[in-house]
Amino acid sequence: MALLEANGLTKRFGGLVANQDVTVKIEQGTITAVIGPNGAGKTTFFNMVTGFYEPDEGDVLLNGKSIKGLRPDQIAERGITRTFQNIRLFKEMTALENVMVGTHSRLSAGILGIMFNTKRVREEEERAKVEAYQLMEYVGIAHVANEAAGSLPYGLQRRLEIARALATNPQIILLDEPAAGMNPRETVEMTEFIRKLKHELGLTIILIEHDMKLVMGLSEYIHVLDYGRKIAEGTPEQIRNNPNVIEAYLGKSATEVS
Amino acid sequence: MANIGWKSMKGIPLVVTLIWIAVSAAALHFMEKSVIAFLGILFSIILIYYTNTDKRVRLILGAAVLLLIIPLVAGDNRYYMEVASQVGIYVAMALGLNIVVGFAGLLDLGYVAFFAAGAYAYAIFSTSQANEFIPGGLFPLSGDWFWPFLIVGLIVAAIFGILLGLPVLRVKGDYLAIVTLGFGEIIRIIFNNLDKPINITNGPQGITPIPSPELFGVKMGTPFYFYFIVLFVIIFIVIANIRFEHSRLGRAWVAVREDELAAQSMGISLLNTKLAAFATGASFAGVVGVIFAAKQTFIDPTSFTLMESIGILVMVILGGSGSIPGVILGAAFVTVLQVQLLKEFSNFLHSLQQSGVINLPNQLDPSKFQRLIFGIMLILVALYRPNGLIPARRKKNDLEAIKGSKYAGGKLGILSKLTQGKQS
Repeated sequence: MALLEANGLTKRFGGLVANQDVTVKIEQGTITAVIGPNGAGKTTFFNMVTGFYEPDEGDVLLNGKSIKGLRPDQIAERGITRTFQNIRLFKEMTALENVMVGTHSRLSAGILGIMFNTKRVREEEERAKVEAYQLMEYVGIAHVANEAAGSLPYGLQRRLEIARALATNPQIILLDEPAAGMNPRETVEMTEFIRKLKHELGLTIILIEHDMKLVMGLSEYIHVLDYGRKIAEGTPEQIRNNPNVIEAYLGKSATEVS
Repeated sequence: MANIGWKSMKGIPLVVTLIWIAVSAAALHFMEKSVIAFLGILFSIILIYYTNTDKRVRLILGAAVLLLIIPLVAGDNRYYMEVASQVGIYVAMALGLNIVVGFAGLLDLGYVAFFAAGAYAYAIFSTSQANEFIPGGLFPLSGDWFWPFLIVGLIVAAIFGILLGLPVLRVKGDYLAIVTLGFGEIIRIIFNNLDKPINITNGPQGITPIPSPELFGVKMGTPFYFYFIVLFVIIFIVIANIRFEHSRLGRAWVAVREDELAAQSMGISLLNTKLAAFATGASFAGVVGVIFAAKQTFIDPTSFTLMESIGILVMVILGGSGSIPGVILGAAFVTVLQVQLLKEFSNFLHSLQQSGVINLPNQLDPSKFQRLIFGIMLILVALYRPNGLIPARRKKNDLEAIKGSKYAGGKLGILSKLTQGKQS
């Protein structure tokens, strides 16, 4: 059984069909890419999987159980986390605190416990701090732990966002354009890093990306969206030679010439 | 240039602070009803906060000023104690609103409703008013009941917070401000009209005489006692605020304030988190409401108008939204301005007028310009200190302590899979 199944997802915004009948199966421990031209509905697909949009039709199954209709925070608790296309950090908080927010649903402190500062709350806090710091070391940004997240350079903000997502202890992580705005060297580093996430942490990774070198080098399986429909799926090799994909990216004449 | 000089200084030298405290204490002792002396002693708290010395020394100094110097020097001066306890009441309320507006970023314009809930809870049950709808002639209660009613007021206000929050918190931003404004007015109007068909609040006539607190037979009706009661409540609220700020809940509040979408994808439930902020903020207002009712001995709905809510909001924003020392400063500053400075200034001008020095038309009486001055102050702060007088800043964590923690030995959370992987 696939870890994550999206069956026939459809989302309409008024007259615009952002996603139509999109079916995607994701196996445990794989890296899958969702690609397509701008406006193809990739982020809409992410938003439906993570609960930010409720699909008009279709269903999302995690480990065979439907997660459709759950709130984003409930889906995050069940182990699906994400990063955002335009980085969304809690800018005023320190980097370390940003990562600690990720541990939220695994902590239990309530109003009274915090007010009376019970032993359990203190220990839980200390553990969360240590865990957050370890995660920052893991993504290689521990040296900025006490800086305000909004003041970090772009590349570090990307890493911090991933560290924060990892703090929710996810099974699946959805990366929305993780290498956007990066130079070639940074992109290579990011590729290595994503591979590390899969190999060392056993994470299942779904990513949206426009950088074809990254997509082809990293992903084991690719789904291609165009105008909200899935037009192709397969291994990078299959996608590279798929006439539908070439047409979507380069226009009809491109296929005729070749 | 002046800015650089300020930053290179590590704080105010201890000697300066001590001299300042001594001088303003002496002024407080020798001058009756002097605004300057009172401001001087209040300012010494700010000086202590910025003094270049150990945190513990500063705490002791602050405690000495508040618990010893002020009561000893001005304890028998009703006027000073009255102003001080009024400042205290507003500081406590502003700290409560700071949780809602400052931490969680929910613009609440109906905050005074929770204050009213606490005040009415004590007023109704401590006077014979409750006999109107509870048979048996059990009321009025004695002043001993003041103490348990601090908790009752807290719980009643928290319940109000949750009941109002449930429908209200589905909207956000400007809409939330409008809806809470409406709710604040609704509560006031309900209290104003709840004398029919069953007389619960005695309507516009208000409720009196609300008994003063009593402890072991000592009647604590003077401002001297209220000063201490308010002070202890403030200490409690400040400690709670500090603990919340850097807790699981405090982080969730700030996360929701900064970015709701990202907060949700971190597993934070928006509704629960906002409700917690509403209930916590409301409960502090409830406690203060009980004290207010006991202190005034008379309450009616006119004490709980929209202008009060806005006044408290001004204190929070002026001082520094989300900043605990900032909010305390803002509340103290606005209250002193409101109850003391302007009144004093009018009195001064009136005395000049009586002695014939100037001719002051009634319309130019400074105490009538309270709202104008509020407005000007807010504009100035928005222009020159948009984050408030003392801006909020997040505490830096002690990284060495984290590295040395007893939990630092093993890998936690998702990283525990790293070590598992190596073993297999």
